Amino acid sequence: MKRILPCLVMMMLGLALSPRGYASGDIPGPGDVFPDLTLPVPKEVSARGYLGVSEGDSFQLSQVKAEILIIEVFSMYCPHCQREAEDVNELYELIENDPQLRGKIKLIGIGAGNTPFEVNVFREKYQVPFPLFADADFSLYNSFGKVRTPYFFGIRLKTGRPPRVFYAKVGGLKGAQRFLKEIVQKSQE
Amino acid sequence: MKKVLFTLWVVWMTGLLWGHWGYAGSAAFENNIYDPGPLKSVDSVPKVAVGDKAPDFTLPAVSGGMVSLRQYLGKKNVVLSFVPAAWTPVCSDQWPGYNIVKDLFDQQDAVLIGITVDNVPTLFAWIREMGGVWFPVVSDFWPHGAVAEKYGVLRSDGMSERALFVIDKQGILQYMDVHDINLRPRLENLVGALEKVNK
Repeated sequence: MKRILPCLVMMMLGLALSPRGYASGDIPGPGDVFPDLTLPVPKEVSARGYLGVSEGDSFQLSQVKAEILIIEVFSMYCPHCQREAEDVNELYELIENDPQLRGKIKLIGIGAGNTPFEVNVFREKYQVPFPLFADADFSLYNSFGKVRTPYFFGIRLKTGRPPRVFYAKVGGLKGAQRFLKEIVQKSQE
Repeated sequence: MKKVLFTLWVVWMTGLLWGHWGYAGSAAFENNIYDPGPLKSVDSVPKVAVGDKAPDFTLPAVSGGMVSLRQYLGKKNVVLSFVPAAWTPVCSDQWPGYNIVKDLFDQQDAVLIGITVDNVPTLFAWIREMGGVWFPVVSDFWPHGAVAEKYGVLRSDGMSERALFVIDKQGILQYMDVHDINLRPRLENLVGALEKVNK
């Protein structure tokens, strides 16, 4: 028994501490680690300032200066995303105009299968104020599971820890205010 | 003792498996797109080439009436967008993109005509599902795929290729892209081709 006890303790510890990962191709859900994506540093000074990243070629998702990161997976070609664009812009404005949330919650978009040209069309068409990233070869998309668009991930960012999902849902916001309330609520659970 | 260890192992494995569950399921959109899976990239031989006079056609439009290529002669550049079939994955994610860039076509003095070999009622329902489009969509259903055949983009299974043709105001074919049916053509390539026509 003396020999077994340490093994049991190690097993229980292992169980308690084992990260909740996900198999390749599956979609990370609440509690799962989100891949620490490598993204190109935006050319626009305002976008770099918003994300809190310095000039350079690329940055990691975990380097974004925020407690909560909302990721919208969209496509220029997706009619649902087009219809939602105005609501997502409103979500950004709600966050930026709330002194309690500004700087803590940030928002980015990833254009699944979209080239930089196509992402730019979407940005200009809908006057999207938050950073959008192209993913022409679906490499980012494939790394977090093949979701339908639009898809929203809520990610918790903590220094020294991997990004972790607390919210993951397909479809529209069903109202920017309602969505933001849900995000704030879920992030505190 | 073995029994105890086995029970603990089962509990441990269950815990690990539980830790890998909890993925976000998706049921927000109705699953109304038929996915045929990967298809042979290209399954036809073009019958036209850049520099040729583009074959004329007259086809019924989903919005009513008929659309002919010749009606744009001397007036507009024309983009013909053949897509293989309504209610399929890539096709359903191609025209909605063109639907938000009317200004890009206007800037190039171009009109866009969408063509499939589906019949008008099918196209009507599909376009409504997209939320409508600004450009004419015409049906090459009967005689089946006759226009696709003229351009050499009718596949052996009766669908058309995913193909783009740019025809200038003189009716001359200036650009063609018989694309891999499984992939969506990049918008910038089409816009670049239109810019070249206008230079």
